Amino acid sequence: MADLIALTPCDGLLPVTIGSINLTEDVPEAMTLIAPYAGQEEAVSERLEAAHGMAFPAANRSTGKAGARAIWFGQGAALLQGSAATQELADIAALTDQSDAWAVVRLEGKSAAEVLARLAPVDLRSQVFKRGHTARCEVSHMMGSITRVGPEAFQIMVFRSMARTLVHDLKTAMAAVDARG
Amino acid sequence: MRITCPICGDRDRREFYVKGAALARPEASATLEDWHEHVNLRDNRAGETKELWYHEMGCSAWIEVCRNTVSHEIVSTRLAATADLGAKR
Amino acid sequence: MRVAGKGLLQGAKPVTFSFNGRHMMGLEGDTLASALLANGVHLVGRSFKYHRPRGILTAGSEEPNALVTVGSGAQQDPNVRATQQEIFEGLEARSQNCWPSVEHDVQAVNDLAAPFFGAGFYYKTFMWPSAFWEKIYEPIIRKAAGLGALSGQPDPDISEKAYAFCDLLVIGSGPAGLMAALVAGRAGADVILAEEDASMGGRLLSEVEQIDGLPGVDWVAQVLAELGDMDNVRLMPRTAVTGAYDQGTYGALERVAHHHPRRAGLPRECFWRIVAKRAVLAAGAIERPIAFANNDRPGIMTASAVRSYLNRWGVAPGLRVTLFANNDQAHHTARDLVQAGMHVAMVVDSRHDAPDSDLFPVMKGAQVCNTGGRKRIDSITVRSVAGEERIQTDCLAMSGGWNPTLHLTCHLNGRPQWNRDIASFVPTPGTVPGLACAGACNGEFSTAGALREGVEVAGQALQELGLKVVDAALPQAGDDAYNMTAIWAVPGKGRAWLDFQNDVTVKDVKQAATENFRSVEHMKRYTTQGMATDQGKNSNVAALAVLADATGRGIPETGTTTFRPPFVPVSMAAMGAGAAGMGFKPQRFLTSHLASKELGAEQIEVGLWYRASYFPEGDESNWRQSCDREIGLVRDHVGVCDVSTLGKIDIQGPDAAKLLDFVYSNTFSTLKVGKVRYGLMLREDGFVMDDGTTARMGEHHYVMTTTTAAAGQVMAHLEFVRQALRPEWDVQITSVTEQWAQFAVAGPKSRELLNGILSEKIDNDSWPFMGCGTVDVMGVQGRLFRISFSGEMAYELAVPARYGDALFRELVSRAKTLDGGAYGMEALNVLRIEKGFLTHAELNGTVTAFDLGLQGMVSKKKDCIGKPMSARPGLMAEDRQRLVGLKPIGAVKQLTSGAHLFNPDDPVERIYDQGYVTSVGFSPALGHMIGLAFLKSGPDRIGDTVRLVDHLRGIDALCEVVDPVFFDPEGTRARG
Repeated sequence: MADLIALTPCDGLLPVTIGSINLTEDVPEAMTLIAPYAGQEEAVSERLEAAHGMAFPAANRSTGKAGARAIWFGQGAALLQGSAATQELADIAALTDQSDAWAVVRLEGKSAAEVLARLAPVDLRSQVFKRGHTARCEVSHMMGSITRVGPEAFQIMVFRSMARTLVHDLKTAMAAVDARG
Repeated sequence: MRITCPICGDRDRREFYVKGAALARPEASATLEDWHEHVNLRDNRAGETKELWYHEMGCSAWIEVCRNTVSHEIVSTRLAATADLGAKR
Repeated sequence: MRVAGKGLLQGAKPVTFSFNGRHMMGLEGDTLASALLANGVHLVGRSFKYHRPRGILTAGSEEPNALVTVGSGAQQDPNVRATQQEIFEGLEARSQNCWPSVEHDVQAVNDLAAPFFGAGFYYKTFMWPSAFWEKIYEPIIRKAAGLGALSGQPDPDISEKAYAFCDLLVIGSGPAGLMAALVAGRAGADVILAEEDASMGGRLLSEVEQIDGLPGVDWVAQVLAELGDMDNVRLMPRTAVTGAYDQGTYGALERVAHHHPRRAGLPRECFWRIVAKRAVLAAGAIERPIAFANNDRPGIMTASAVRSYLNRWGVAPGLRVTLFANNDQAHHTARDLVQAGMHVAMVVDSRHDAPDSDLFPVMKGAQVCNTGGRKRIDSITVRSVAGEERIQTDCLAMSGGWNPTLHLTCHLNGRPQWNRDIASFVPTPGTVPGLACAGACNGEFSTAGALREGVEVAGQALQELGLKVVDAALPQAGDDAYNMTAIWAVPGKGRAWLDFQNDVTVKDVKQAATENFRSVEHMKRYTTQGMATDQGKNSNVAALAVLADATGRGIPETGTTTFRPPFVPVSMAAMGAGAAGMGFKPQRFLTSHLASKELGAEQIEVGLWYRASYFPEGDESNWRQSCDREIGLVRDHVGVCDVSTLGKIDIQGPDAAKLLDFVYSNTFSTLKVGKVRYGLMLREDGFVMDDGTTARMGEHHYVMTTTTAAAGQVMAHLEFVRQALRPEWDVQITSVTEQWAQFAVAGPKSRELLNGILSEKIDNDSWPFMGCGTVDVMGVQGRLFRISFSGEMAYELAVPARYGDALFRELVSRAKTLDGGAYGMEALNVLRIEKGFLTHAELNGTVTAFDLGLQGMVSKKKDCIGKPMSARPGLMAEDRQRLVGLKPIGAVKQLTSGAHLFNPDDPVERIYDQGYVTSVGFSPALGHMIGLAFLKSGPDRIGDTVRLVDHLRGIDALCEVVDPVFFDPEGTRARG
């Protein structure tokens, strides 16, 4: 029997470069939503640290680094990107596999923040939204997540089914920002 | 218009969905008349009023917003979870 | 005419442009207005109503007259203010509201008929006969009305929207705005300085004065250089702040690309939403004209505009200039002209105590009472105690004083205050929280005062922001007296214009008052005073003064009209930026989208989703053929359909079962692990919210399915119940709709198909009806649910979405080997109607469990959302409109959803309405149309005849009322 072939959410859409701005797809090995049960926040953080090397992130923050990152993902929940979440968390947190649920892209370049200013109604100024900061917010009328992963780099996530709209809207904004020179 | 989400901070109103007045669910012993009032009757006050907003595009928190309907000032916000809306059972 | 050695454009690059087809030269940095004046063009357009020749009145965005159309074809922009449009190589502009040309306009005949066209003319004249309105009056008026015209073609340009955030937004870059930005910038605040002009500096670019010993423009350049070096300061020229909104949000329109030829990819405009912790309004003031007979001729301008054209653009608007003024500052116009070597014929000042001058003659206590000339002014008539005197002139500068540009302070319902000293409205402090005013917009008209107020408001803002003032050195500047004595209208015969754009005269306002339109809001609407693109920026206060006079009240008692956003016109293209075409709303695509398209599927939009409607094959030429065939595949063999759009919600935690028991009307705590149950969800008002199946995957783990339509609503509802009503419960919910690609595999051969791809074979015992669990599908872990929306033996198989494309292809190709194939939404819909299954066509927000025959699903043993209200007598009344099936009587080809039902003997009138049809389809199994409907006392009328009427689509048919389950009522096929 043939194997099922896996496709990424932005298959055939990325990468795109316009001027000095790059848009690429990130494909974490796995994504798990971790929602600690009542009173288990600290225990979850400890076991997460032990197994994955990072604490459970505070609201609007992410922990870890590229390849293994925990992003605060809404009230009482974090999204672990990287290897699949340890099952040691299963009795103290709701674990939900979201590996295929989100399109994950990386926008990088000097004017990346200017591009996002055309999609998201949130304050992404570097002095306010620093590396490691994250926001659940609107991205072009879609529920999204934006994380600053570098001085000029952002990770942007929307539902997988909306990958095409995300790429379209980002490309439009990238072209407009680039045309200003 | 901007609303301060107790979790995410100051955000644009287009990230929120408004449900309406923040009211405690009637208790188990409530009469049909109590329920009628809960579901259908509203004060429509000019001044400070409590409403429930949902940070749908953000952290998914339900928020009790105290808002002045005359000046549009957002007087205060807190998580609906702390607003004691569930009634005695 | 250019004046040698004057202006800021010396040495600028020449630019060629055209106006009304005539090629002309200007300089880089010119506005269209300054370039036209340099070319001796004064006649620019025709007025709205009387088609009077009009020229250039101002040098800013308040311009009422010089509106032009720029560009042509689909790219034409109407109503562009010539005073704002910068010229560039190849710019094409033309006059509007005139035919065949601005020089010879046939509708100028309106001017001769002016005595008939006073205020209220249209209201009074086109009343009778009423039948004439739509066919005769309106088309004629519409043709004659309006200023510029749109092309009528799709907009080929792009616009954009963007957000910005700052500590301090400074609106306007004159002396007050620059100082505010400078003080705040030096203190480290994050500053946005927005200026609607192309160049920053405000009036300092147009005046001859010194600041700190430097010419004003040099001081501006020095400040801008310092601001430009600050990373925390963002300069936004060509950006008009258009509105103040709640919680420190401001709208602003940036003209990104109107000042050079089109460049690919570059948006024309950007509409900004700026969120500022504090704001400074330093928008300056607008000089007001004076109303006197024939004050609207080309060549008559505001005194400050004449100074702007001379000092900024080096253009003399006339060779023999006269000035009519009521304040000292206006005399600078005459001074600057003379010092530039121009001739000033006379300064007419209405004040008896006006200052004398060595440079030009001054007539004190005199008024201009009329003008001569046609397409350009050639003389003025001056009235004084000595009588009337005619003076030749080719340009009259006028100044009736200044009105602070306080519009933004009124956008949140604030009302300005009357300041008697300057006979103007000034802002009421605090009307826009966080916004303070400085300089001329605050009624402080001297440069020194503006600088001082700029420093003060910045210091106050910094303090509120928790920042320290670092350097607030106040530059030295002139503090010239204003000395204004109000004059609004010069008495006399002839029409004296207030609102140039809408052709409103002093007489019109007086007539409005006579006809008892005494409220300022009524007067405005009756006369059209202050409407259209300039919104009365030049004229509202004067009109108000005339109305106050006519009604015997003071100006403060008369009040002012309401200023609303936007401050300057904003194109629909900018407001709707990005929303055309694909940007209209997000599009959601299934993992099977590409494969479906390869199979030739027609797509249908379901909310944001795109789903396969049907899969045409062979010589099928319409959807019904494909649909009928696909139904056959499912009933006889096996069909495959992507059902991933249904909402899927993971519910985990010790209190998961409690949550489900509370949100569903029926019980889920008793559901066994590995089983699925159909659930009904009510709203708190007792009506049905949604339905769906929920599977118990583990002791503390359920997966809920919602309808596609209500997925978002149900998620918000569950969060509401969990957070607001039952925060003490330990349960987590997460949408997993996007994680899983889920396919219905339906039909007698569905199990056979699945057994070809599952690592462990299933049978009716290991996987009975309403069973669920995890499976291995071709090496991938998936979930399998034995549920049926078609009435056939059916499964839904879910795999992680990355495999959706591959699995769909595999399933379809295997189905084909079993004489089956893919089926789309059309077939899915008929299959479920045949079974009487529900969608949101039925769950339309007005139906109860009782209406659906599901009252037994509201458990009596527990509380749930909506239970108390669902028991209201009215919601359980026998004669409610309740679910039934319909089948046509006789040879009826078509039933339609949305049709209404009547008793056959009743008139087809609303009061006899018996119900309505929600869903219809052609059942191949039964060989006729079938429908679902809500009918009064429906279940009690099985076997009755009703009349189905759809006036919209011309359908009138008799139907028999039947049970809503048309096919396999015992349900044996699904359980096999």
